[in-house]
Amino acid sequence: MKFKLKIWRQKNNQDKGAFKTYELDGVSSDMSFLEMIDVLNEQLIDKDEDPVHFDHDCREGICGMCSMYINGEPHGPLRGVTTCQLHMRSFQDGETITIEPWRAKAFPIVKDLAVDRSAFDRVIQAGGYVSVNTGGTPDANEIPIPKSVADEAFNAATCIGCGACVAACKNASAMLFVSAKVSQLSMLPQGQVERSERAEKMVAQMDEEGFGACTNTGACSAECPKGIDLSNIARMNREYLGAKVGSQS
Amino acid sequence: MSWLSDTLTSTIGRKLVMSLTGLFLIIFLVVHLAGNFQLLADDGGLAFNAYAKFMTSNPIIKFTSYGLYAFILIHIIMSIALAVKNKNARPVGYDKVKGSANSSFSSRNMGILGFIIFVFLVIHLRNFWYEMHWGSIPMDEAGNKDLYAVVNAAFAEWWYVAIYVACMVGLAFHLSHGFSSAFQTLGVNHSKYTPFIKKLGIVYAILIPAAFASIPVIMFFNS
Ligand code: HEM
Ligand code: SF4
Ligand code: FES
Repeated sequence: MKFKLKIWRQKNNQDKGAFKTYELDGVSSDMSFLEMIDVLNEQLIDKDEDPVHFDHDCREGICGMCSMYINGEPHGPLRGVTTCQLHMRSFQDGETITIEPWRAKAFPIVKDLAVDRSAFDRVIQAGGYVSVNTGGTPDANEIPIPKSVADEAFNAATCIGCGACVAACKNASAMLFVSAKVSQLSMLPQGQVERSERAEKMVAQMDEEGFGACTNTGACSAECPKGIDLSNIARMNREYLGAKVGSQS
Repeated sequence: MSWLSDTLTSTIGRKLVMSLTGLFLIIFLVVHLAGNFQLLADDGGLAFNAYAKFMTSNPIIKFTSYGLYAFILIHIIMSIALAVKNKNARPVGYDKVKGSANSSFSSRNMGILGFIIFVFLVIHLRNFWYEMHWGSIPMDEAGNKDLYAVVNAAFAEWWYVAIYVACMVGLAFHLSHGFSSAFQTLGVNHSKYTPFIKKLGIVYAILIPAAFASIPVIMFFNS
């Protein structure tokens, strides 16, 4: 397969950056999108040019590092996958593919397609934890949790923090990510101690980081590789507003 | 009360305000529509004029109407505040965005659709509300201001009716997302009720604006 790649190149955070177009031939339809860029980068290195910087780690859809905005959608056209799980067979031979970094004030560009997502880490640090007793290891299944609740909490917990929700959102809102992290703990007995404080603190940190507000477009959930549901956002709104009204200070 | 201002200026709090004011406007539209239907009564506007007089003089209605003005203003101001915040959250945009792949047209264009409603409101309030309150309108047979005649004259112009209908289409799209969105913002998302709320939102968004638009269209063809 042959492609024309229109890729965002930006030396560092201060650089203005611009698109650069590359022709790439001899791409196998079975290559993953990242492998395709690897091939491009080998050619660039051979020509003594700076390779395209992009984040990646597991290459099996679980780490959430491979952030790329491909042809107008985070992680490209395929639903429910990250960029590393996207294959070139999802594209037309000869197609022009536009590749951009996540665009959000809270995700500053490090270089080319690599962005700094530590804003997510700070949101987690603000409240994404639970208190546990020290001492012996508790028995598994000591605390009874209904299967439906466990499933819901688990679904929320599958969020890999990739940032596609922010990238997809027209407001660069982080509501889906934060709501998944709030939900995963607020539904379980272990998460009750910090429950109301958690919602307040994580939302405050989310705002502090400069993410936008939610217009309920649903773009985040549609583009989320883990299919995190919008009901999590409604739950976070309940948790947050309830906490604000009910808390002591 | 700093917790309250903290809450209402947070992103979720601002959306709460959008949602509550929006829902109030949704209820208001039903009441307003019921009143407007009197324009179609075959009595030369007597019932409508009496109703208009009641709506501008009854103290309870007056009090509610101040709330309405405030809510519309708050809804608009908050939407601008949110738009600014959202724009700042993404200072550099994308080159290529495929919004239709993941979201509805209305949901992506709430601001533009709202602006269409705003333009409508300005025209509408100037022509009818302002005239009723401060204009010099002749009296009808029953001694009430003949607002019906003012409305009838406006709706005899094809371009006025066209603008009216076009704005109602804008309102329909605004509400096709806004109705269910308001519930989601309030945290009402439930496997039993949300599918119903979404359907009701679509029915409302089609029925109410269509009914509003039908009045000038019928009056135009009757004139
Ligand atoms: C001057 C006219 C208006 C403007 C500028 C406007 C603007 C907006 C904007 C920008 C939003 C989206 C906010 C966001 O999600 O971030 C919105 C939401 C909404 N609007 Fe309006 N609007 C106007 C009039 C109306 C009217 C007349 C109604 C009702 C009859 C209405 C009902 C709603 C509802 C229910 C929402 C959803 C709230 C939510 O998502 O929580 N709006 N409006
Ligand atoms: S909610 Fe989905 S899109 Fe957002 S960070 Fe988590 S996994 Fe990624
Ligand atoms: S590289 Fe880990 S999810 Fe793609």
